[in-house]
Amino acid sequence: MDPLLFSTLVMFAVVLLFLLPSAAVAVYAERRVSAFIQNRYGPNRVGPLGLFQPFADVIKLFLKEDIIPTHANRVLYTLAPMIPVTTAVITVAVIPFSEHVYITDINVGILFLLAVASLSVYGVTLAGWASNSKYSLLGGLRAAAQMISYELPMGVALASVILFASSLSVVEIVNSQEMWWNVFRNPLAFIIFTIAVFAEANRSPFDLVEAEQELVGGFHTEYSSMKFGTFFLAEYMHIVIGSMLITTFFFGGYHLPFAGYWLPEMGPLAKSILDIHVFLAKVVFWAFVFIWVRWTLPRFKFNQLMRLGWARMLPLAILNFVVLAIILYHI
Amino acid sequence: MLISQRCSFFKRGDSIMEIYLFFLFATSAVASAVAMITSRDTVNSALFLVLNLVSIAGVFLLLKAQFLAVIQILVYGGAIMVLFLFVIMLLNLSSEENLLNRFSAKYVVGFFLGVIVLSQLLYAIADFTGTLPNFSPGIEQVGTVEALGDELFSTYLLPVLITAVLLTAAVVGAILIAQRKLTGKENK
Repeated sequence: MDPLLFSTLVMFAVVLLFLLPSAAVAVYAERRVSAFIQNRYGPNRVGPLGLFQPFADVIKLFLKEDIIPTHANRVLYTLAPMIPVTTAVITVAVIPFSEHVYITDINVGILFLLAVASLSVYGVTLAGWASNSKYSLLGGLRAAAQMISYELPMGVALASVILFASSLSVVEIVNSQEMWWNVFRNPLAFIIFTIAVFAEANRSPFDLVEAEQELVGGFHTEYSSMKFGTFFLAEYMHIVIGSMLITTFFFGGYHLPFAGYWLPEMGPLAKSILDIHVFLAKVVFWAFVFIWVRWTLPRFKFNQLMRLGWARMLPLAILNFVVLAIILYHI
Repeated sequence: MLISQRCSFFKRGDSIMEIYLFFLFATSAVASAVAMITSRDTVNSALFLVLNLVSIAGVFLLLKAQFLAVIQILVYGGAIMVLFLFVIMLLNLSSEENLLNRFSAKYVVGFFLGVIVLSQLLYAIADFTGTLPNFSPGIEQVGTVEALGDELFSTYLLPVLITAVLLTAAVVGAILIAQRKLTGKENK
């Protein structure tokens, strides 16, 4: 084990303090943007422009009665909401904010990300099962099926990203995009990866995990108070994480477009400050796209979802990988 | 000044940290394995197996086998066990036996006694050495992706290629089954 450096711990604290409030900001942003899209005002009463709305929401969630259904499995019912939050927080450990600002740079970074993403399935599945309710169980099983199905195209799309960087380290992958972002070099994998990230985050148009017409609230039907709040927090953290992943793998991470061609040499401090702002601007843009898509696209049916994942995206991803591998081998 | 002092503290504390981590992972691996076999509820068994796999991945990490650790979680913890759980939940095999019913004074006293014993144990193993072997710099590189890839794609090229063809055939088969049009009364 490498020595645990003090700077690593500082970075960890900073990133945590960034990620947790970012979920609250994302909730506010979603309500305002959805209001804008639907031609209404949205929350504008609490504080200037309704900016303190997240505080009011959290206080409301804390003060609600916490109900555990009679025949629920109490241990798993309590444990389930913590799993998606934990996996969201762990994911940030390998995401670089700038050339030198990251928590850790391990040489199995991408595999680590996929492993953590695959563990987050347990949260929704267990929540559905432990609630002892048919709507919750169906929602949980749908979630499990959906997440397993979309992990495959996601993994294959990432494999074609690895081809360009010839490394599994996330920092190396970002640095390989200094001249050309992966979205230009590998557009098909970008589309597949983005769709898979939307599906993994259970966001519309893939939110049939909680389709209210058929499943009431899906896996969190029985949840109330802060246990529901934790699921809510996790959902918006996954939006932020998903935006970070798309930015890191396909939109050059902290690099400006074609930065290698025109960006002059800068001091390490100035470069770091620029990098972090570029990265955060891209993340904000993608978080906006997440919200935009939710309020404009209708939901898939379950058979359409499965067909899209297995019969369309997976063969395309494999084909894309093989073709790119052949091209890169001959260049 | 302060930061450099802290740095040296963490560097010095590193080996103790490793020993604590080893005992944490080892205990949780053994305990979850026992719990997996003894628990009546099938869902709980499956979950204990997941915990067991994750703990063993932690031990792999301490033994410098990063690739193996991550693959263990990715393949076994994330994919295979989710399918297990899926099947168990669909079959609904659960026969609930409430072991942990309510909080009573007994459990509270037991918890505090447990904390005391645990702190004594942690104090006792702080000076313990020799749990993990000493790694030469060469050995530390063996578990990395680069070393593994070199070996797989040179010495073991043929087995890797055969396995790859087999696995690709399985995936293509799965896609074909998914794409097949159902004939009969479902067909509409």
